[in-house]
Amino acid sequence: MAYFLFRRTLGFVLTLLAVSLVVFAVMNVLPGDPALTILGMDASDDALAALRDQLGLNEPIVARYLSWVWNALQGDFGLSHSFRVPVAELIAERLPMTISLAVAGMLVTLVLALSLGITAAAQHRRAGDWGVMFLSQLGIAVPAFWLSILLVMLFAVKLRWLPPGGFAGWSDPVAAIRSLILPTVALALVQSAVLARVTRSSALEVMRQDFVRTARASGLSRRRVLWRHVLPNALVPIVTIVGMQFAALVTGTIVIENVFYLPGLGRLIFQSIANRDLPTVQALVMLFAAIVVTANFVVDLLYVVIDPRLKARA
Amino acid sequence: MFDLPLTKTLPALTLAFGLMASASAAAELVVGMQQEPTSLDPTADATASIDSMMTQNVFESLTTVAENGEVQPNLATSWDVSEDGLTYTFHLAEGVMFHDGSALGADDVVFSFDRAMGEESVNPSKDIFEPITSVEAIDPQTVEITLSGKDAFFLFNMGQGDSAIVASETAEGNNANPVGSGPFKFDSWTRGDRLTLVKNPDHRDAAAVALDKVVFRFISDPAAATAAMMAEELDAFPGFPAPELLPQFEADPRFRVNVGSTEGEVILAMNNAKPPFDNVDVRRAVATAIDRDEIIEGAMYGQAVPIGSFYPPHGTAYVDLTGAYPHDTEKAKAMFEEAGVAGQTMTLRVPPFPYATRSAEIIQNELAEAGIDAKVENVEWGFWIDEVYKKKNYDMTIIAHTSPNDMGNFARGPDYFYGYDNAEMTALWEQITTEVDPAKRDELLKQGQQMLSDQSVHAFLFQLPLLGVFRQEVEGYWASSPVLYMPLKGVSIAN
Repeated sequence: MAYFLFRRTLGFVLTLLAVSLVVFAVMNVLPGDPALTILGMDASDDALAALRDQLGLNEPIVARYLSWVWNALQGDFGLSHSFRVPVAELIAERLPMTISLAVAGMLVTLVLALSLGITAAAQHRRAGDWGVMFLSQLGIAVPAFWLSILLVMLFAVKLRWLPPGGFAGWSDPVAAIRSLILPTVALALVQSAVLARVTRSSALEVMRQDFVRTARASGLSRRRVLWRHVLPNALVPIVTIVGMQFAALVTGTIVIENVFYLPGLGRLIFQSIANRDLPTVQALVMLFAAIVVTANFVVDLLYVVIDPRLKARA
Repeated sequence: MFDLPLTKTLPALTLAFGLMASASAAAELVVGMQQEPTSLDPTADATASIDSMMTQNVFESLTTVAENGEVQPNLATSWDVSEDGLTYTFHLAEGVMFHDGSALGADDVVFSFDRAMGEESVNPSKDIFEPITSVEAIDPQTVEITLSGKDAFFLFNMGQGDSAIVASETAEGNNANPVGSGPFKFDSWTRGDRLTLVKNPDHRDAAAVALDKVVFRFISDPAAATAAMMAEELDAFPGFPAPELLPQFEADPRFRVNVGSTEGEVILAMNNAKPPFDNVDVRRAVATAIDRDEIIEGAMYGQAVPIGSFYPPHGTAYVDLTGAYPHDTEKAKAMFEEAGVAGQTMTLRVPPFPYATRSAEIIQNELAEAGIDAKVENVEWGFWIDEVYKKKNYDMTIIAHTSPNDMGNFARGPDYFYGYDNAEMTALWEQITTEVDPAKRDELLKQGQQMLSDQSVHAFLFQLPLLGVFRQEVEGYWASSPVLYMPLKGVSIAN
């Protein structure tokens, strides 16, 4: 186990290092100049030069990268080029929003997808199965953007039940929850479509096995067999997909954040790339990479919990 | 005290809610903004939405500009100009305070100008301070500014966000915590979500300010902006991003739609320094190939005024030159053939603004009909401003020039991205900027428009409209804007 942890931690550090190099290189190769983006079309050459100097853009590129790594190792991600406040502060402001949305989205996805998937498997080749398959096909086909607009038009514009967008933070919890309902639903409907299908096919696989027949024969109810015996044995592929989806939820909320004008990390990275704000982009990509790597790690740990036979291989 | 029975808490709660309700009856305006700035300091960042939220609302300048473009007193209640037109003596309003409670005096004016003009300056319009040779505090209420030569736009430029008066103690923090002297105070900014201003009760014009609180909400997506207006989350969207969505507001009795004008000339810029556009005949052929009415109809849903040169149609010196190169596809085709460029491929690099990307598609078709293969490349803003604007790496592009009094772009010589080099134009612009008699200046501006049209420097398309959607109750917004700011002082909500 110690060797396993050591290997994973080393992999984690190397991944982040590689990611930081790639981001740094790409941002520098990409046409664009933060000083020009900030000062615009009427800027004089000496004002541009003064700003480049203040942003430290006149230093050689290798020196800039090394000093970034050195500071990052000490937990200092520098000042944002465009906002001129510490990057850590920018991220801290936005993190609660994105995490709230991702966690809520994941929970709703799990509840929806597992119950629909298991129902479909239980009703294999009957109305319930076809219904779930049809809905999930629809969920995969419908773009999240379009679905979001429909939800807003119905629940915010027509019925006035919920706000059409925005998120003012958790200081007013009722308002915060109300603001999160529509984006969560939009996110979860699309995500659960995929997961429901995986759950269904994985459950069907398990249901064909002998121990399920034995359990039924020994007098257990259908319901109990499904939830207590089929589902736990069908979990390995489900957990794999959930792990991938969680990473996608955190990194892929850009569309949802735009439609619901939520102050999250997705919009921040979008704005920072447009502004060529290297320190902010760099820190955000590192954060996303860390989340993806961590999610994979948690999935690996969960495999062992779900299926102790895998322990030997870890 | 937490064990109070419900019967006792209920009246207290009712009272509390009653108080809250009466407090919220104070005039609060919620304004939708498409673009969110990353800084709030108009003297250090060119982002247009900084000016529209901050300038003359939070920050004030020596002068200000009215809706009709006229320069008016502001922090300076009056000024004297010397005989030779080179020395301006500004008399500051009495008792002006910054929002942090410190007094605004001549020293602050000197500091603000030193900061804008100095070596370390990152002022986005540093050039407007170029004619200034000295700024001196005569006494705490009087400032004397000396120019190296006459400057017809000096007083106008002193009324812009670039020349806002700031305090030395707070200037550095203005990017995130702006401290000005205007009729509204900065209250809070939740980045990515909203920015709140509150009325400054100590302002000299406080009696004329109707709003107690203004909340800007940042909504970049046009469909989301429409939903937010329709759900009555917003009271106003003064710079509405999508002309195609306006009819549904026009049809709704709750809203009022405004179509006004801005200082933004939208042009199909051609790289005059590079073949084939170094040839005036090719540029004239392009002007003949395009159909402005079709472009305005298709790209702006009919909501724009065509232009034939580089000057806004609402200006006093405007000459209508839209008929200089009447649209004629066959003639354009012949002109391209004669110039030997028929069938050539040229790039049309467009920045990510709806007016530009939509116009590009129509222009591409119109040029194709005239035998020119224009390859449209949609690029993002950071790419555009570096590759097209700075490095001049383009054949054609579409851009709106939103600054007022910007015909001087054509006098910036071959280093500017137009690649246009005309000593006659440079000399004319010199005359324009130093001519202080408005009637004579207008004559020169007319000459300038004629010259640019004659040489068909670019294909001039249309004036960028100011499209606004407002709740019926909202009154007092400018219909058109001669500057980049939008004063909230005259805005009110009718009951």
